[in-house]
Amino acid sequence: MITARLRKAYPPGPDSRSFTLDVQLQAAAGVTVLFGPSGSGKTLTLNCIAGFERPDEGRVLLDDAILFDGAARVFLPPQARHCGYVFQNYALFPHMTLRQNLEFGAAVHKSLERHKRVSEMLERFQLHDVGGRRPHELSGGQKQRGSIARALLARPRILLLDEPAQGLDAALRQELYTILRDLQRDFPMPVLLVTHDLDEALELGGQMHVFHDGHIVQSGQPQALLDSPATAAIARLLGIYNLISGEILALDPGRNTSRLRVGEWEISGVYYPGHMKGSRVTLCVIPSQVRVEPRDGAPRPGTMPMQLQHAVTGPVRVRLVFDDGFRAEVDRADWEAMSRARDFSVEIPPSALRLVKG
Amino acid sequence: MPIDWFPLWLSLRVAVIATVCAAAIGIPAAYWLANRDFRGKDFVDAAVTLPLVLPPTVVGFYLLVLLGRESAAGRLYEWVFGSPLVFTWQAAVVAAVLHSAPLLIKSTRAALESVDHAYERAARTLGAPEWKVFWRVTLPLARRPVLAAAALAFARSLGDFGVTIMVAGNIPGRTQTIAVAIYDAVEGGNGDAARWMVIVVSAVSLALLTLANRLTPRRLPG
Repeated sequence: MITARLRKAYPPGPDSRSFTLDVQLQAAAGVTVLFGPSGSGKTLTLNCIAGFERPDEGRVLLDDAILFDGAARVFLPPQARHCGYVFQNYALFPHMTLRQNLEFGAAVHKSLERHKRVSEMLERFQLHDVGGRRPHELSGGQKQRGSIARALLARPRILLLDEPAQGLDAALRQELYTILRDLQRDFPMPVLLVTHDLDEALELGGQMHVFHDGHIVQSGQPQALLDSPATAAIARLLGIYNLISGEILALDPGRNTSRLRVGEWEISGVYYPGHMKGSRVTLCVIPSQVRVEPRDGAPRPGTMPMQLQHAVTGPVRVRLVFDDGFRAEVDRADWEAMSRARDFSVEIPPSALRLVKG
Repeated sequence: MPIDWFPLWLSLRVAVIATVCAAAIGIPAAYWLANRDFRGKDFVDAAVTLPLVLPPTVVGFYLLVLLGRESAAGRLYEWVFGSPLVFTWQAAVVAAVLHSAPLLIKSTRAALESVDHAYERAARTLGAPEWKVFWRVTLPLARRPVLAAAALAFARSLGDFGVTIMVAGNIPGRTQTIAVAIYDAVEGGNGDAARWMVIVVSAVSLALLTLANRLTPRRLPG
């Protein structure tokens, strides 16, 4: 279990504005994803936990050990923190073989035991054939497994991963996700993983914290978080919605319905507790839930007329982009029948709609 | 007149010992400057660089004051070794160290700082104490540029004139290094000897600089 409260302020520099990291997070065994755009403080948070950076104030507690306490002036060096760290480029020492890299990590073990531990770990990560190679002679996947193996040999109590899947192809990403899931069986400990890839967060995260400008703006299970972003800013960060501004025309809690105005069109939704009639809102429309059909003449009531800009055909789904960048997604099979049309009726069913203030 | 090559051998001997000493002092100093933040670091850095820009005679004068027979350090040396330090070839070594160490520290510091911090950080998270991080990770990764820095320091030791003549003097067969000998030869009208020594010093220095260039990679691994 890790508990961290961190605050670190950077004054504005010649080519950077001021930045303040101010976060509080807690993570039990299992994968916790730190999600957010670059420069939002995710990696800085990892670095403060690992002891590479000293926060101005706060407290970091790992199990029963105090790693940092601003008030009590406790600041353990990275060596004493038992934090395994997997770097973006893996940071395997280029002047050592893979086995020597692992032995460096295994220095905590008695020398008699060290060789055995390293061999076991090479075996476990299917690296026994390449133990004698230098990092530049290893494939991307081997480097990745090697760096995780090296970190584990030092008996960490937490594993910190900084964008570990950056630059890996889809197959290697899946391999990494499998490794991280399997890890929990033999090495149950908190795993903090930094990413700006939402799919990765969905794939891995038991918990997810959304970072924005040095703060955690929302936390929760990835899927739950997707279903109800707390603010328009978070919805924008998640990057999967169409965001359009609208106004609430009517709310009926009894029938669980509402009427919303979007531009000159009216659409219906469910009852949205916590909102008021007449208030301006941002509509988060999930592209995969939008319904489209080719249109002749005037649109049906409750739908909006849109012109197709372009369509991107994927293996299963087709992504459609309409005027103003409005996105929709349809099954490829459905798309075949209407692929010649340019004018469409777009229907936003209540299931496609999330409402946030502002 | 046959050319006396003693000054060349003396210079090479002085430069080898001076480079070893400069590396022994300079590499830890460079590591310290590269890795520690402390108040007055800019001042320390400036003080370390000073011998690079001061006239060598000024540096020599400081050394004379510091190591002369009247000074505490000079008396201590005389008490330990039984003879004074100034105007011996050992003094030429001290002169060469002071003349070359600033260059070595500056280049070594740049070399150490060019190592990707991720490697050092990785070593630390694996529990390696700082000395181990330095010996097993930083220094091996910066090996080539550090060797290049040593080659530059060697060349600079070989070329010192001003500091050497101030503290070691110009005693033929004892403290006369090649730079001093060339000056002597020109003064004494021995143009032939001067020419040959100039050619040899130039060739050795050129070879060292070429070596230094080859050792400095365009980009460090990582």
